Amino acid sequence: MTKTYGVLALQGAFSEHVQILRQMSVQVVEVRLPEQLAELDGLILPGGESTTVGKLAVAYNLVEPIREMALRGIPVWGTCAGMIMMAKDAGHRQPLLGVMDIVVKRNAFGRQLESFETDLTIPALDEIAVTGELGQPFRGVFIRAPVIESFAPNVQALACLKDGQVVAAQQGNMLVTAFHPELSSDTRFHRYFLSLAT
Amino acid sequence: MAEVEKGTWKVKVGLAQMLKGGVIMDVVTVEHAKIAEDAGACAVMALERVPADIRAHGGVARMSDPELITRIMDAVTIPVMAKCRIGHFVEAQVLEALGIDYIDESEVLTPADEEHHINKHAFKVPFVCGCRNLGEALRRLGEGAAMIRTKGEAGTGNVVEAVRHARAVLGEIRRLQGMAPEEWMAAAKELGAPYELVVQVAQSGKLPVVNFAAGGVATPADAALMMQLGVDGVFVGSGIFKSADPARRAAAIVKAVTHYNEPKIVAEVSRGLGEAMPGLEIAAIPEPERLAVRGW
Repeated sequence: MTKTYGVLALQGAFSEHVQILRQMSVQVVEVRLPEQLAELDGLILPGGESTTVGKLAVAYNLVEPIREMALRGIPVWGTCAGMIMMAKDAGHRQPLLGVMDIVVKRNAFGRQLESFETDLTIPALDEIAVTGELGQPFRGVFIRAPVIESFAPNVQALACLKDGQVVAAQQGNMLVTAFHPELSSDTRFHRYFLSLAT
Repeated sequence: MAEVEKGTWKVKVGLAQMLKGGVIMDVVTVEHAKIAEDAGACAVMALERVPADIRAHGGVARMSDPELITRIMDAVTIPVMAKCRIGHFVEAQVLEALGIDYIDESEVLTPADEEHHINKHAFKVPFVCGCRNLGEALRRLGEGAAMIRTKGEAGTGNVVEAVRHARAVLGEIRRLQGMAPEEWMAAAKELGAPYELVVQVAQSGKLPVVNFAAGGVATPADAALMMQLGVDGVFVGSGIFKSADPARRAAAIVKAVTHYNEPKIVAEVSRGLGEAMPGLEIAAIPEPERLAVRGW
């Protein structure tokens, strides 16, 4: 049966995720209201402004149902602002889902002038690599990006910057990236997410 | 690991992609900026005067005081934008030196150059520019703008020009899509736009950057109207802080942009917002005082 994935579409770069998922023969639902979460096989929390998304998620009663999904083991992936939403601690008073045992720092590199691209080594992506992709670096696009400052032992770091800062991690079926795989043509991260068992 | 690259086209356009589906609000004080952030703005535009006051005040409108801009940057965690005059590349250099997140090379300020816009490729900070039609949008992209907004007529609280400009841009994109390749060069000539960008738009059916609406949005329904017409988000200038209850109106416009396709939600958030800003008939504005015609 075709699987159905949701992309939280309150604000931010949700259409980029929707487009990539549509190329992967899964059904895609844009989620703005709680009833749109029903029977999803996974959910992506896109980049955007985490304060905006958090306030809208609270206003439209999305926080509890998404938290329950994540805790039930349904795959949930947060990119950038989505990663902030997933964290138990973001160092700033704002609405969060608070499901993942990570502490994140917002705007960790500074303002837009410090936004950057760099190649990342992500061994976990080799699990879904097809010919020619094995061991290839992944181009990370970091926009006013957060980092993972610390994490519990049950969290696995998937990618680090040269200086050791953790920028991607996984805890069970919860996935977070500080960078934006939806802004590149490299679909490995999306395939990796779809490979998480539901 | 390879080196770190900053100020790339991808990160310039990328920040605008993160703003999509959101509302960028004009603010003139730290207090306004906090109200905007609390209401769910995805970014703020730091200014000394909102466009309605610039219009009323008259005289030469310039870049805002760096002191005000930095205080607003320090007060909020969301991105902060600021305006420089068209062609005033030194104002842009100053804003970049302040570490602003986005520069709006704006017709709302008095132009510093009546023939040339800023060469925006020369900067690491991204720029947003206004347009009234596709040719103007593509000329700005050719100069290095990483985000486009339709101009509307700022400071009027009248959405009619915003609608006109969004329809012009989106309609011209649809027209290009229907063209045969041999027609693209003539279209580029007619639009006054770089050929490569015309080809890109004809093939993809969209602008290669994010496109917001601006200039005259005053109500949640105005904002949802622009979203349904096909823009990626809205700028609200005078419409919020010139209204009776800015905090409520700001939050309502944010919700209307997210749920632009849900009339029941737009109705709900529109209830009891109090007076909107007083509007201006476009025909009542003398030709030389219209802002949208600035830019070339």
